[in-house]
Amino acid sequence: MALLDKYKPGDFFDEMFSAEGQVRPHYAALFERFQNLDQEEFDQRRTAVDAAFLRQGITFTVYSDEQGTERIFPFDLMPRIIPNSEWSKIETGLIQRMRALNLFLKDLYSDQRILKEKIIPAQDVLTAKHYRPEMVGVPVPRDIYIHICGSDMVRDREGTYFVLEDNGRCPSGVSYLLENRVAMKRAFPNLFSSVGVRPVDHYTQDLLTVLQYIAPPTDKAPTVVLLTPGIYNSAYFEHSFLARQMGIQIVEGQDLVVQDKTVYMRTTKGLEKVDTIYRRVDDDFLDPKVFRKDSILGVPGLVEAYRAGNVSLANAIGTGVADDKVVYKYVPDMIRFYLSEEPVLANVPTYLASNPKECEYIVKNLEKLVVKSANESGGYGMLVGPASTAAQRAEFKELILAHPRNFIAQPTLNLSRHPSYMDGHFEGRHIDLRPYILYGEKISIVPGGLTRVALRKGSLVVNSSQGGGSKDTWVLYGDS
Amino acid sequence: MLSRVADSLYWMSRYAERAENIARILDVNLQLMLDLPKLGPEEQKTLWEPVLRSTGDHEDFYKHYKVTSSENVIDFLTLHSKNSNSILNCITTARENARHVREQISFEMWEEINRTYLWMKSQTLKKIQRQGPYEFFMQVKNASHLFQGITDGTMTHGEDWDFIQVGKYLERADMTTRILDANDEIFVRTPANSQTGGTLQWSAILRSCSSHDAYRKFYVAQVEPDKVVEFLILNEFFPRSIRFCAQALNDALRRISGCKEEHFTNLAEKLAGRVVAELNYSALEDIKTIGMHQYMDELQVKLNAIGEAIFRTYLFSPPLTSPKPEAKPEPAPKPTQSQKQGKTPAVA
Repeated sequence: MALLDKYKPGDFFDEMFSAEGQVRPHYAALFERFQNLDQEEFDQRRTAVDAAFLRQGITFTVYSDEQGTERIFPFDLMPRIIPNSEWSKIETGLIQRMRALNLFLKDLYSDQRILKEKIIPAQDVLTAKHYRPEMVGVPVPRDIYIHICGSDMVRDREGTYFVLEDNGRCPSGVSYLLENRVAMKRAFPNLFSSVGVRPVDHYTQDLLTVLQYIAPPTDKAPTVVLLTPGIYNSAYFEHSFLARQMGIQIVEGQDLVVQDKTVYMRTTKGLEKVDTIYRRVDDDFLDPKVFRKDSILGVPGLVEAYRAGNVSLANAIGTGVADDKVVYKYVPDMIRFYLSEEPVLANVPTYLASNPKECEYIVKNLEKLVVKSANESGGYGMLVGPASTAAQRAEFKELILAHPRNFIAQPTLNLSRHPSYMDGHFEGRHIDLRPYILYGEKISIVPGGLTRVALRKGSLVVNSSQGGGSKDTWVLYGDS
Repeated sequence: MLSRVADSLYWMSRYAERAENIARILDVNLQLMLDLPKLGPEEQKTLWEPVLRSTGDHEDFYKHYKVTSSENVIDFLTLHSKNSNSILNCITTARENARHVREQISFEMWEEINRTYLWMKSQTLKKIQRQGPYEFFMQVKNASHLFQGITDGTMTHGEDWDFIQVGKYLERADMTTRILDANDEIFVRTPANSQTGGTLQWSAILRSCSSHDAYRKFYVAQVEPDKVVEFLILNEFFPRSIRFCAQALNDALRRISGCKEEHFTNLAEKLAGRVVAELNYSALEDIKTIGMHQYMDELQVKLNAIGEAIFRTYLFSPPLTSPKPEAKPEPAPKPTQSQKQGKTPAVA
């Protein structure tokens, strides 16, 4: 029996099957290839890929574990496929969004026109946890705030794409996207040319170009470094991977020192000037002189050097305000306001607990809604209504009423599903998509993104810290 | 190069070398015991104490065990999580440092040290005993040789590689002084204090430095204590002799700074140059006049001083505590890497 013979798409939007036994055209070649594999062959490849990930240390760290155990990010060998025309629309929509978000941040940290004209309620924006009044009136290089963005997208039961959130601080995961591709090429070398898959491996070169583009003017090639919180950070593998691929130094806070508003790194041959810092450290920890005083990850004086224009940061300080899930609700308004365009990609309808009417609705409909805290990420601090217990709902109700500004709610989306390998056969599992957007001289997006999959049966949470895995994502040259 | 990177490369190399040396010492002592008549608890203790002293973990051992049996010593020096110098912890620390500089070392180096780490993590005392400790120690040594070979064959021989050499040779020289120092006593108190008993033990010492065959070739003679000492300290060409290590260390330091022989630009070079000169112009008689024990102790102090000078010259971080020379025949504790920062908060 072939691997996909008994597959049931169920009452969901299935990426591969339009109905039981009906393969969508862009999956036809892949389907045929997978049907020709027997379980033993498939398991062999899977084991080989997992072993390679572990051997290469392609892992993330689980914080709840005392020993700081490193785990591999579970990888599902069945790729997710996006036809080119579908991708083009996503691409257009994300570029539009990226432009609007950057114009919003520039406006917010200068004239605040959008607040003065009451397009967005000022109290919703200025109360955002990651709003940085320190940045008001500080120009940033090339007027770009978010250089690297990882927006999360999902599809509903009809297959419509929605943007779920914009991660404009330090989005992670791109290394898995790149390593997944390498792993797939090793496991199924012949499949690529026969299907026609657009490449992704220029990402790191594009990223380096962006980081060089925003550097302060220098006589020689700018010195770019990646600032990491250190090897115990859950994304350390990615930091080290990106630094290696770009051929730049990876530094920790202790490696940098600020003198005369200029950032230097300590080398065996003395101090060397740094021009651009790709920082994978949150605003809060960047500079103990300005933000959290207890931060040992940061560099004292960094913000001063940044304000003086002697060093560039990617992303800029204060972008987190655009990540706030309350502010998220207004992105379509931003697009209309700054670009005079209609949004290409839809937002998920969002209720704000800070609005008394909407709050009442949220509290009454907890079992239908997904409640999220406005500033958490990684799948922490959320309640999936339909899957929750009465006790959890009571707990959230209390939290919401106590801190309404910290919570939003959205209808529970019936996320699309994708065949995923489970012990000898395929079952449908919910997925999302995180494309990575780069903003330098122009805006570019590596085709596809990271497809995350909720491996637990019925689960809607795809985060790696919550039992999620990932898939390689193929954007085709054509539509089938 | 970043100072922190140099620091990590240096310690990565030191700990990888240390793991190998501990495997060597354990292996040889176990084999030696096979050649001796069945040993009672006291005799076992006599044979194992020098080993514990040579790794500098003598006192620590008795915090965890009452009996100095082979099994306990192997457990302590191989897998014990509280012993910072157990093979497992040495490899873990070496790999941790490699992780710090993953983008600096070659992909092959990372894979090899990560493989060794994963393999070590899967070991238990039971497993080691089932497959035979000899097999196990062989694998540890081979992993170290493979790592060094991969390092030499896949990494650019620039400043970063030189810091790896500095770490390796400093550790190796230090270990040879410790092995000789610790066994000076056993020679006097050997359980079978006959001519054969002594020879057996001096042969074992040679083997723990992988130098048995080289010695035979060099002297074409019986294993004699004086010659063993001379070979392991003063031989110019054998890669585990102290003189060879000091020379290689000195060379690497000069490549790093670009300073030529007979000159120095920093304290590390000055101290390393002195040790080399002293070894170059020493003969066995000089060592015997001073007394081997004294000589080894002084050498250890000098090597530690070089390590500290390297640290101050290139690696600025919190200073290491300097091991003090002691009148008692306790060797200085082995230098360990200063504590790295702890767990750091998550970034989304």
